[in-house]
Amino acid sequence: MSTKLFTFKGGIHPPQSKSFTQNVPIEDAPAPDIVVIPLSQHIGAPCDPLVAVGDKVKVGQKIGESKAFVSAPVHSSVSGTVKKIENRQVPGGAKVNCVIIESDGKYEVHESVQPKGKLEDLSKEDILSIIKEAGMAGMGGATFPTHVKLSPPKDKTIDTLLVNGSECEPYLTADHRIMLEKPDLVLLGTKAVMKALGVNKAYICIEDNKPDAIETLQQAVGNEEGIEVVSMIAKYPQGDEKRLINAVTGRVVPSGGLPMEVGCVVENVGTVATIGNVIKTGMPCIQRVVTVTGSAVENPKNLYVRIGTLFKDCIEMCGGYKEEPGKIISGGPMMGIAQYTDEVPVIKGTSGILVLNKKEANVPEHSNCILCGKCVEACPVYLMPYKIARFSLLRNFDGADEYHATDCIECGACSYVCPAKRPLKESISVAKKEILTRRKKAK
Amino acid sequence: MEIKLIGSSSPHIRSDETTQKLMLDVIIALIPALAASIYYFGYKAMILVLASVISAVATEYFCQKFMNRPITVTDLSAVVTGILLAFNLPAEAPWWIAVIGSVFAIGIVKQIFGGIGFNFLNPALGARAFLMASWPHHLSGGFIDPAIDAVTSATPLSIIKGAASGQLPSLWDMLIGNIPGVIGETSAILLLAGGIYLIYTGTIKWIIPAFYIGTVAAIALLFDAGNLSYHILGGGLMLGAFFMATDYATSPITDKGKVIYAVGAGMLTMFIRKMGGYPEGVSYSILLMNILTPMIDKYVKPRVFGVATGGKKNEK
Repeated sequence: MSTKLFTFKGGIHPPQSKSFTQNVPIEDAPAPDIVVIPLSQHIGAPCDPLVAVGDKVKVGQKIGESKAFVSAPVHSSVSGTVKKIENRQVPGGAKVNCVIIESDGKYEVHESVQPKGKLEDLSKEDILSIIKEAGMAGMGGATFPTHVKLSPPKDKTIDTLLVNGSECEPYLTADHRIMLEKPDLVLLGTKAVMKALGVNKAYICIEDNKPDAIETLQQAVGNEEGIEVVSMIAKYPQGDEKRLINAVTGRVVPSGGLPMEVGCVVENVGTVATIGNVIKTGMPCIQRVVTVTGSAVENPKNLYVRIGTLFKDCIEMCGGYKEEPGKIISGGPMMGIAQYTDEVPVIKGTSGILVLNKKEANVPEHSNCILCGKCVEACPVYLMPYKIARFSLLRNFDGADEYHATDCIECGACSYVCPAKRPLKESISVAKKEILTRRKKAK
Repeated sequence: MEIKLIGSSSPHIRSDETTQKLMLDVIIALIPALAASIYYFGYKAMILVLASVISAVATEYFCQKFMNRPITVTDLSAVVTGILLAFNLPAEAPWWIAVIGSVFAIGIVKQIFGGIGFNFLNPALGARAFLMASWPHHLSGGFIDPAIDAVTSATPLSIIKGAASGQLPSLWDMLIGNIPGVIGETSAILLLAGGIYLIYTGTIKWIIPAFYIGTVAAIALLFDAGNLSYHILGGGLMLGAFFMATDYATSPITDKGKVIYAVGAGMLTMFIRKMGGYPEGVSYSILLMNILTPMIDKYVKPRVFGVATGGKKNEK
């Protein structure tokens, strides 16, 4: 077993703030009376509803599906009655079509939910179809449909799977707890994904700030052929897939390219554990672990939440607000999205609900760039953030493009370190969006 | 519960580093050398520092008020400029030299170009050059030799140059600063201590001082080996390498750029010392490299991850 510590160049060390929840075992959250299940929780085509208002549904029943390849079906997380199908606010910021179900409190499981049998008996195609039918999408936050990621084009040879358990975002501990409490599911899921990809090598990658998780998984993996638990120096953004691939394999994913260009697939450890659960129990992706945390939450917890549970219900399950909230963030503090209401549902990609108090939420005043170069030092992509941000503010998007604005992964390390408190990432995001729109138009 | 939430863009946490904290660290790093200058040169040094700092801060305040810009004197950058300018004056310089220098440094070199971050020259060095051109006798005349408490114009480097006659001080005196010179440059060891503090706190990187001093040492070793220690410890090299050449706005951003800049400054320094008209060349060589900085930054960029990696791609 490897004792080498892997890492990448650049990055930052923000306070981890994980002590709120890192020792709090995952708690099964009761289903709320009403769940709001968005028909688009993933990147790709939104689903069409398979149910109508008034229909009775059961747990695990498919309620939305799309004919498009790049999409993921959605399932009911409760049993009960479909009350409405309408546009609702979701954590991504947009309003999307949602199926609103009133729970009958019985949790009757749908007959389609059946254990998938032994992994040895499943073929590559079986596994892919199980993953697709279960509505799997990247649960680290990106929500890219998993079966698409696991079906690379013929000309790409994949030889390595990286299971991403770095969880480099401060505050979040959901993946940490999953690794500690469900190592068997992580292992089963890893083997399933390896089989689906036809690879013989998998790394389970964990930051060294989670020594207990490293130990637990090393024990679970044992002498399993081809699977290796590797530890990485805890540094943000180690969990970014290109940083992860580079740290562990030394390979460099080309600019604008996907991990498959260098023979790698990266899956979040939560996704892998859920795939393990799908195979073991047959239950599709209707639940996930969410870290509900922050100084404005009474009792921060890691909750095993049914998809569609509103943020405010999750916070209520943690004792409610401790003080007046200043910011509610879906995800972690570095890349999460600030919400303007707590009435948004937990979706497949919701890794955390972070509630900051008024003081922490305060946006600092920014002043002149002093050209200290700390953003350049911090950027894990080796960009010159101050320069791109300056071009962006001048609306000189050609200049921003020349400085590779589109390579920005929006990790926010530059804004974090800036002593002048300039919102560098925000300016770069604007430039990035503008450049990509222009490129599309030019086509 | 009716709640009002802030909806700003990520990241939602920021480091606690601020411009003010960085500048405060520079001031802290300058305190040992400041104490030494007052110890060696007495109240004259104190008056110069006070005159310089007060007029630098006042100039910044009035410039910003006059130009309707936010008042940023609390970022302490004007205080740093004030101290550094005073450090570049001989003890016998009159107080109004410090005032005029500060007004020039802040008003002309810094604020007219847009304030902090937009100056193309190190403000203190820009002002020193201006004073040197306008009142040369005040700038290169009245050095006090703390060892004998008398006015002299013979700094160690001018003796080496042959521009003045006198006895070269001992290495120990060079190290602790018991030598004639501008008030802030004499104590090499305390400047070095301050510089190490800056590197330790992450305020500056080691690259510029190391390559600057290294280049000076290497050239001295090749062409003037006998006076090696005087070249390193004298002539404000420590002050320049740690505190002036590392000015954020006027030094390159990238590590590679910093190396080019520092080696350039080192070469120019020795070029001026050995072949130029002045006995020492730290301030002019830094100013010249300041001017080259935008060009270095234009051509020396970090190689973006995954872009044009050539043969390194797919390396296992």
